[in-house]
Amino acid sequence: MAAFSLYPVLATAWQSLFLQNQAVRVPRFVGLENYLALAQDETFQRVFGNTVLFILGTVPVSVALALALALLLNRELRAVGLLRSAFFYPTVLPMVSAAAIWLFLYQPNFGLVNQAARALGLGGPNWLGDNDLVLPAIMLMAIWKQTGYFMLFYLAGLQNLPGEVFEAAELDGASRWQQLRFITVPLLSATTLFVTTIAAAGSMQLVDQLYVMTQGGPDNASNLLLFHIYETAFRFQNQGHAHAMTVILVALLMVFTVTNFRHAGRRVHYDG
Amino acid sequence: MRHPVSARSRWLAIPLAALLALSACAPAQPGTGPAAPAAGAPVEVSFFYPIAVGGPITKIIDGYAEEFNKANPDIKVVPTFAGSYADTLTKIQTTLEGGGAPPDTAVLLSIDLYTLKDADYIIPLDQLVAAAGGQAFIGDFYDAFMLNSKAGGQVWGIPFQRSTPVLYFNKDHFKESGLNPDQAPRTWAEMVAAAKKLTKPDGQRWGLEIPSDGFPYWLFQGVAIGNGQNVVGDAGNKVSFDHPAVVEAVQAWVDLSTKDKVAPQGIVQWATTPNDFTSGKASMVWHTTGSLTNILKEAKFPVGVGFLPGLKQPGAPTGGGNFYLFKKTPPEKQRAAWKFVQFMTSPEMQARWGIDTGYVAARKSAWTTKAMQDYTAKTPQVLVAREQLQHARKELATHSGPEIVKIFGNGLQAALTGKKSPQQAMADAQRDAEKILSQFKD
Repeated sequence: MAAFSLYPVLATAWQSLFLQNQAVRVPRFVGLENYLALAQDETFQRVFGNTVLFILGTVPVSVALALALALLLNRELRAVGLLRSAFFYPTVLPMVSAAAIWLFLYQPNFGLVNQAARALGLGGPNWLGDNDLVLPAIMLMAIWKQTGYFMLFYLAGLQNLPGEVFEAAELDGASRWQQLRFITVPLLSATTLFVTTIAAAGSMQLVDQLYVMTQGGPDNASNLLLFHIYETAFRFQNQGHAHAMTVILVALLMVFTVTNFRHAGRRVHYDG
Repeated sequence: MRHPVSARSRWLAIPLAALLALSACAPAQPGTGPAAPAAGAPVEVSFFYPIAVGGPITKIIDGYAEEFNKANPDIKVVPTFAGSYADTLTKIQTTLEGGGAPPDTAVLLSIDLYTLKDADYIIPLDQLVAAAGGQAFIGDFYDAFMLNSKAGGQVWGIPFQRSTPVLYFNKDHFKESGLNPDQAPRTWAEMVAAAKKLTKPDGQRWGLEIPSDGFPYWLFQGVAIGNGQNVVGDAGNKVSFDHPAVVEAVQAWVDLSTKDKVAPQGIVQWATTPNDFTSGKASMVWHTTGSLTNILKEAKFPVGVGFLPGLKQPGAPTGGGNFYLFKKTPPEKQRAAWKFVQFMTSPEMQARWGIDTGYVAARKSAWTTKAMQDYTAKTPQVLVAREQLQHARKELATHSGPEIVKIFGNGLQAALTGKKSPQQAMADAQRDAEKILSQFKD
């Protein structure tokens, strides 16, 4: 455990204190200079902001949607298996293939999204080619991609709920909404904690779509931290900045996870 | 029954798992060098190549290597497909930085020259060129392709898979709009005038599409060079992004969608543009000659090909990949690899490679081979790219090239999406680029 996870973190943190890029081939100790440079770097500020927006925009929506879908599909329905697979299948697709499909869906002329918009008499924007629309467009795709996966956890959670509690609630005259609000959701809190944590971690790791769809463009409007680290390390060969940004990403993940646990931990109910 | 979280450490596994994914940034493990060949065994030459165009490239390259091996029993070339250009470079970089052995030869972007040279990975080829016939050999390559193959007066790369952007136009649309289908627009003004006639309202059909995602600097260089001012000169530490003629060129591109209203607003995707063209959604597009074979195959209408129309004069950059030899390769393997490079860039092989893929055969004498003569008689469109080479200038290549290219691309995209004025966007790009380039002496 220590060798595989702790060592790389510490090594990265140590190396983030060195200047190393295409002009400076031999690493030179510079203390916190890389961090100071990043703090003043417009690109980094933009990418950091995008990443926070991306997490806030995708995690709550996909988790809520996943719960809604699970509630909908946790019933005796005809073709329920078919419906469940339909919502789950985006998860099975590799991200690169999914991104290649969405690239064409979003295409402004013949893309399906704009054809539908035109059929409804709406103008079709240039989704991936517009500074303000590109991030929401990518977020929408990410929600589509991961909701089915989270739905699966909720379905499993729902099927493990004790039936007698609901029977008792029904006898006490609780409405369906009250049952949902005061029984189902609290009993699923462990699932919710798990799902939100992997959703947040996942959303910071999801960069394949940028590689295929936008390369972070236009003008970094869709660039996210991990993709920026990748391009800084491997394309720009600016190791110092890449290491410093990796440390920041790790810190961001830690802060989110710890906050999530502190906050949710008090209210989570484990059945067992 | 109910208790708060106790096994908190379990949850730490999640961020730590994320860290594992990130640990790719840690230095690569040292690789082990290849074993020395046994006496009498053929010299093994490893060859890394990328794929950047459609078609059965792996099969073609394997076939070429096999032919070479048959003709040279003392050498055994082992080709390895290494991904995209960027992937191939990354593979070599991580191996070398980790202390491992490079491939014995590789095809990488011609503009990676500074990156490879600054890292001290590659060797100058002047001595080998001299032994191969000197000017008689290297002078047979088109000058335009050599611009990105030389630095500091030395030859560092041999042109192999080279390309240049051209204008594609739909002859049926030209006819239907009262334009001469046998004449491509020659100037920017002619192109805009034609595009106005070709454009249909509400985005049903665009007169012109110039892709601007990914690496927008490349097609933009066509506009700038056509306006008499390239964005880069001979020096590897200077760019002229904020030159008035360059700013003018940015303005002309922005105007296409905002003022002339003949092109879509915002960023146009490189990958979907050939599709827009062959499906009739765009009447004229700028794209690489590398797409020619595919466009001719997909289009159900006669396709015209022309020079990139310039604001003042015709102009275009070149693109694509060169062969490089590596410093760490033992001399014996270097000699064998050089033999293979000479074979792959010979007139006959360049002609075949051009026909098989759509790349522009990089040597003048390739065009006089029987195979190429037959091909151009059947597909005269490929000649346009060759003719355009006389107007082609250096592709944007500097020290820290990938970052400079991205800085410029961001500036251009900020102008194209209306976030900055062309003047502002180019001034910012120039400032950011100079900050990096000032670390280099020449």
